[in-house]
Amino acid sequence: MPEFTLKVRRYLPESGEAPYWQDYTVDLEGHRSVLEGILTAKADQDGTIGIRCSCRAAICGSCGVRINGRAALACKTHLEEALESSQADGEIVVEPMGNMPVLKDLIVDMDAVHWKKIQRVTPWLLPEGPPPEREYVVPHEAMVDVTQSMACIQCGACVSDCLSMEVDPDFIGPAALAKAYRFVGDPRDGQHEERLKDLSEDPAGVYDCTHCFNCIEACPKGVAPMNQIMRLRRMAGDDYEIVDRNNGHRHEKAFTSLVRDNGILWEAELLPRSYGGDSFFGKFAPAAGLELADSLPSIVRALMRRKVTPMGALRPHKIPKEDRAQVERIYERVEGRDERLELNLYITGFEDEDEPAGESESQAAAESQGSSA
Amino acid sequence: MPTHDVLIIGAGLAGQRAAYAAVDAGASTAILSKVHPVRSHSNAAAGGINAALNPEDSWESHAFDTVKGSDYLGDQDAIEIMCRQAPNEILELEHMGVTFHRNAEGLLGTRAFGGASAARTYYVADITGQALLHVLYEQLLKRHERLDRYEEWFVTSLVLDDDGRCVGAIARDIRTGTLETFAAKTVILASGGGGQVYKPTTNALICTADGIAQAYRVGAPLMDMEMIQYHPTTLAENGFLITEGARGEGAHLYNADGERFMEKYAPNKMELASRDVVSRAEQTEINEGRGFPDGTIALDITKVPRKRILEALREIVNIGRDFAGTDITREPIHIRPGQHYFMGGVKTDIWGRTPVPGLYAAGEVACVSVHGGNRLGANSLLDTLIFGRRSGEHAAEQAATMPRVSIPQARLNDEQRWIDSIIARDRGGRRISAIKEELGQTMNEHVAVFRDQEGLDKALEVVRRLKEEEKTAYIDDQGAVFNQDVLAAIELGYMLGTAETIVLGALERRESRGAQYRTDYPERNDDDWLKHIDISRNGDEPEIEYSPVTITQWEPQERTY
Repeated sequence: MPEFTLKVRRYLPESGEAPYWQDYTVDLEGHRSVLEGILTAKADQDGTIGIRCSCRAAICGSCGVRINGRAALACKTHLEEALESSQADGEIVVEPMGNMPVLKDLIVDMDAVHWKKIQRVTPWLLPEGPPPEREYVVPHEAMVDVTQSMACIQCGACVSDCLSMEVDPDFIGPAALAKAYRFVGDPRDGQHEERLKDLSEDPAGVYDCTHCFNCIEACPKGVAPMNQIMRLRRMAGDDYEIVDRNNGHRHEKAFTSLVRDNGILWEAELLPRSYGGDSFFGKFAPAAGLELADSLPSIVRALMRRKVTPMGALRPHKIPKEDRAQVERIYERVEGRDERLELNLYITGFEDEDEPAGESESQAAAESQGSSA
Repeated sequence: MPTHDVLIIGAGLAGQRAAYAAVDAGASTAILSKVHPVRSHSNAAAGGINAALNPEDSWESHAFDTVKGSDYLGDQDAIEIMCRQAPNEILELEHMGVTFHRNAEGLLGTRAFGGASAARTYYVADITGQALLHVLYEQLLKRHERLDRYEEWFVTSLVLDDDGRCVGAIARDIRTGTLETFAAKTVILASGGGGQVYKPTTNALICTADGIAQAYRVGAPLMDMEMIQYHPTTLAENGFLITEGARGEGAHLYNADGERFMEKYAPNKMELASRDVVSRAEQTEINEGRGFPDGTIALDITKVPRKRILEALREIVNIGRDFAGTDITREPIHIRPGQHYFMGGVKTDIWGRTPVPGLYAAGEVACVSVHGGNRLGANSLLDTLIFGRRSGEHAAEQAATMPRVSIPQARLNDEQRWIDSIIARDRGGRRISAIKEELGQTMNEHVAVFRDQEGLDKALEVVRRLKEEEKTAYIDDQGAVFNQDVLAAIELGYMLGTAETIVLGALERRESRGAQYRTDYPERNDDDWLKHIDISRNGDEPEIEYSPVTITQWEPQERTY
């Protein structure tokens, strides 16, 4: 069997010593998991290694760690896969998750960060009025839709790798906001508007996300927390017309309308339009002026370093006509829909008709015969 | 010393449901768990939860299916209660926020499951247990002002007073290593089963029979311990569960000759016969040389439309991809029977009361017995919720009439000395992990789908030897913070004690019924064995007694599917 070397970040709080690295070499097949690697080392070599784990099958969410610098479930990452992605000279680097204090070795304090944030979003259903005699009647699609957020196993991988939270520890964060969508998307909840207002007004709320996609990459269950955050924004701004104190919704609108009008972002117009809206007089919105004054040092720096020229900043960028026409067609198509199309893990837009009926069956039968031979 | 009316040990579905009920009944309540509650093994119950909620269905039909599934060893009074209360429980959960699957009209929709005469399984994709567990946890968070949660606390012993009444427990704070006494007027054990006694198993690493052993040590009888469920579809590679929902949605089983062999064993229900029947059929095919070379059977889910698989069986698509390298929407996946569930456990009545005063048990740790010789799929979630709630309500009501209790400090000191002595053992003996490994393999070899006297004798001999070796087994970790090593040593003790009772029960029951199939006694024998086997500790020795099976309206019949 092949050998794998795990380079494990150790921290023993009682020793009084700083964290250090320790190597463990295990004999396991490559499709075994990193968790099995660690547990093998723990069983045979060193029982002091600390790691939370339980189900081994990516459903309990205990074994979130960083493998080669990225958050993952140790049980769901194959050793050979981890070795391939390693940049540490043939060693698989295993560390505790980020953004949370380390308690021992690979164990982090999830209560102090993750669970505190979950509690921040009022994480229980708040139906209006007394329950019906039987079940609530709700559309099939709505239940399937929130199932994506329900699929969250609270492992903390997204929290670990959230860049916004690294900068602003107060950010409610991907896991808790995905949890919030689970209620906002649930037709039985009676507080959609209040929840959305709360999450939009909070400076550490939905508009604190910077679209870095790290949480989508980190999530082992396909919850795609960032997508849930974007849906919260669309619902808050478009459906409930919540004008948030952070000006987040209008800022987002300014982005999309600028790209629609010019085919590409026009930075100089972004601030005025974010505050003053999509009109000529908007440029003179007092809030825009204040923000502009606030941004002056950055603007001056950019000019001095020749990142922009004064004319280049004041005039919109030009892009070829046909490219602009293509951008326009994208807008027409998306904005021309009667309803917003929201795909998710469970609603894939995939239809059976894509595949000629019977093909998969005969193919499977052939394969099963093949393997029996 | 934290003191409460009701102390609940374990925070899976049974424990959380008990806590919810006890808090709402006005009791001061604590819930204590060795893992964070949402890590509990209830997560793994994928397929769904049974209830005769549909107007065309009836609780009697559900109850009869359960009785028949149990091979008539289930207690019918308890089964009646469970099946009657099931519809209301589903509705309550729905009102709490569980995102149950809906049909086209927006009403609760069902799927088919094994051993059931109607499609009465309610579900959330194939994460039903997870959805229930997380929604109940939401409700516990909502009640945070009235409920004390002790998350990542490990119970080392139950405590009885001089009159033999259970008055609390001693537990170790895993984060700090501090030992603490929890006094309570009533104690509810809800700490799950002990699949880790076997290897492989579908059960999580935390399922180490803690509660079963703790209760046994303070004199509570264990019942039906020989009844160990082997699930028909576990992943060949590592024993992971492939939900029965797959067969419920229409997947078929094939042997290596391409035969849909269930035709021979259960011509009517085919793949949806009860689990003991399907597991035995598979094992027979494998033993008689019609399995695949790796000793497996093929489960063909490609029969189910791809869109439906992606919507309703998402989790096993992931498991197939991540753990077997198989795209289950396009090719069959190789499976075999694997240890899955303890039908037996701490003997209780219909209110969850054990014969030890003040001590309750609910969920897999308990044996009411609603599952008898074989549990039907999607009845375990139901069992946890119904009897979790009943225990919580009853314990709260009892506590309201009782004076405050306390536990002498000396008891805590004794416990501390015992744990210190484990940490201080010298390296003369075996490693904990080596003993656990040998136990798991022994149980899986001799106390599995097919059993006989010779194999069981062998298993008993090994288990008793391991119990001796356990006394000197050593650990590496000397620390206080997250010393998982010392917890593993205590868990090993729990597992060995429990394993012994499983083997003894299997040796004692000289017939074949439900999950117990004795090749040396291949027939069911109602005249001699229509009774429960109760095992309790007398001094240090196990003592076997019998108790009658409660029959209300369904006399035993021949069982075919």
